[in-house]
Amino acid sequence: MVIGFALFCGVLLMAAFAPLIAPYDPVAINVRERLAAPSLGHLFGTDDFGRDVFSRVVWGSQLAVRLGTLSVVVALAGGIVLGLVAGYYGGWVDQLVSRLFDLIFAFPSLLFAIAIVAILGPSLDNLVVGLGLFGCAGYGRLIRGSVLSARQREYVEAARAIGARASRIMLRHILPNVIAPVIILSATRFGGALLAGSGLSFVGLGVPIPQPEWGAIMATGREYLATAWWITLFPGALIAVAVLGVNLLGDGLRDVLDPRLRD
Amino acid sequence: MGRYVLRRLLLAIPVLLGVSLAVFLMAAAVPGDPATVLAGDTASAAQVERIRHDLGLDQPLPIQYLRFLERLAHGSLGESTRTHREVLLEIADRFPYTLALTVGAVTLSTLLGLTLGTFAALQRGRAGDYLTMGFAIAGLSIPTFLIAIVGIIVFSLQLRWLPVSGAFSPASYILPTVTLSLHSAAVKARITRSSMLEVFGQDYLRTARAKGLRERVVIVRHALKNALIPISTIVGIQFGALLGGAFIIENIFGWPGIGRLATQAIFNRDFPVVQGTVLVGAVTFALANLAVDLLYAWLDPRIRYS
Repeated sequence: MVIGFALFCGVLLMAAFAPLIAPYDPVAINVRERLAAPSLGHLFGTDDFGRDVFSRVVWGSQLAVRLGTLSVVVALAGGIVLGLVAGYYGGWVDQLVSRLFDLIFAFPSLLFAIAIVAILGPSLDNLVVGLGLFGCAGYGRLIRGSVLSARQREYVEAARAIGARASRIMLRHILPNVIAPVIILSATRFGGALLAGSGLSFVGLGVPIPQPEWGAIMATGREYLATAWWITLFPGALIAVAVLGVNLLGDGLRDVLDPRLRD
Repeated sequence: MGRYVLRRLLLAIPVLLGVSLAVFLMAAAVPGDPATVLAGDTASAAQVERIRHDLGLDQPLPIQYLRFLERLAHGSLGESTRTHREVLLEIADRFPYTLALTVGAVTLSTLLGLTLGTFAALQRGRAGDYLTMGFAIAGLSIPTFLIAIVGIIVFSLQLRWLPVSGAFSPASYILPTVTLSLHSAAVKARITRSSMLEVFGQDYLRTARAKGLRERVVIVRHALKNALIPISTIVGIQFGALLGGAFIIENIFGWPGIGRLATQAIFNRDFPVVQGTVLVGAVTFALANLAVDLLYAWLDPRIRYS
């Protein structure tokens, strides 16, 4: 968990201080130095337009953090609202929301994001929409289930007895009790969003190429695998390190927050 | 068992109807007017109007949806705006390749996951456990398309053992199937390990050992069979992940499946084909989940009698 936290913080710091760390402009073209191998001048080499891969990768961390964070936030916001409402009110509201979750889950996750990108066009924001909407269903089901069991508890009945409003009961009394699994799920979803987002960018269905998104940088190197491996391998390694960080963090948090799952 | 199967089949119908509605609405949600796009830049207003009428786009949405369902029932998904072929035929050409890739990866990842997970559980707390679980978390974190690229560099470009792309020989199945299955194998290994550890604590295992059964029989017949219940759920969910993953892998290996068809269709704004691939993907996933639920009922008698 310590290693995971360190890796995750490393990525956050890189994103925060990208302008200071990156030696070059990530989109500046320099044709004279195209496809240069890694050297002291260009740590990760240059790509087919002579752009510095190291600077692109460093700036890419901003996009990665944005992609991961925003898609978790979208999923979380939608999931909390829908899950709380469905679990708390029950009846036809629950039926309606639950069928909506069933519908979202009927699509393989990546296919759902691909469908959204197909409708709205490839961009970072549309990836966030696609991955976030799909994530809603995961959070929503989790929260709905927890609310259903929490609703029967005495402390909720007590709150209702003293005349607390439904929204207050949901947010102040029920939500804090279901927060642990939500945090664990968020770590997994952050990593999942990075993998899915960079994968889609890599095949051209995500962030467009001139932007320094890690998957998009890798896509520029596809033509040069045999000669200029550095364009694809360095950003790929960064994705792996970032996802490894959140996965280790998620495992660690699960052990701390949910002792029942510890073995 | 018969009643359970019937109930489960009936439950699949609303989901499939919902999927068809979502896929139908996909086209309606696309910004821009398909009739104008189809007619091209030089078309007159009257021509655009005629195309709109021919496509039924001048009707209200519920009527359009009913027509969509009616065509679907006749096995028609419309025609590709690019090749002018029936979408279902385009998909029928490509689908077997995607199915072969996905089923191959499901099989390989399940075998790998069960073996590694069981091994780790048996070695609990020892070097073998840490090593296996280390591999598993690495498998969860390394992007599949990076593994694919390293695979191409090493096995295709350097060693020249395997083809770079296409599906022309049995050897060309190896790299795409193996790379696609690794992430899922890691997920399954972790689940197998934890559900085996849970089963190891149960009384019936002690009973089986006390009866004097050989350790191999205890592990395979008693422990693994019970641990398979949670694992089979994951196999169903992972089928969807692998099918989605195939959409990316196919693009890397130039695989002639529906994932590559969908990607090209998105680039070409060929909407009927995009709709068709999404629909076929979701229906395949629904059928796979149905199969897993039936397997589940067979593994766990408590389900079929409840």
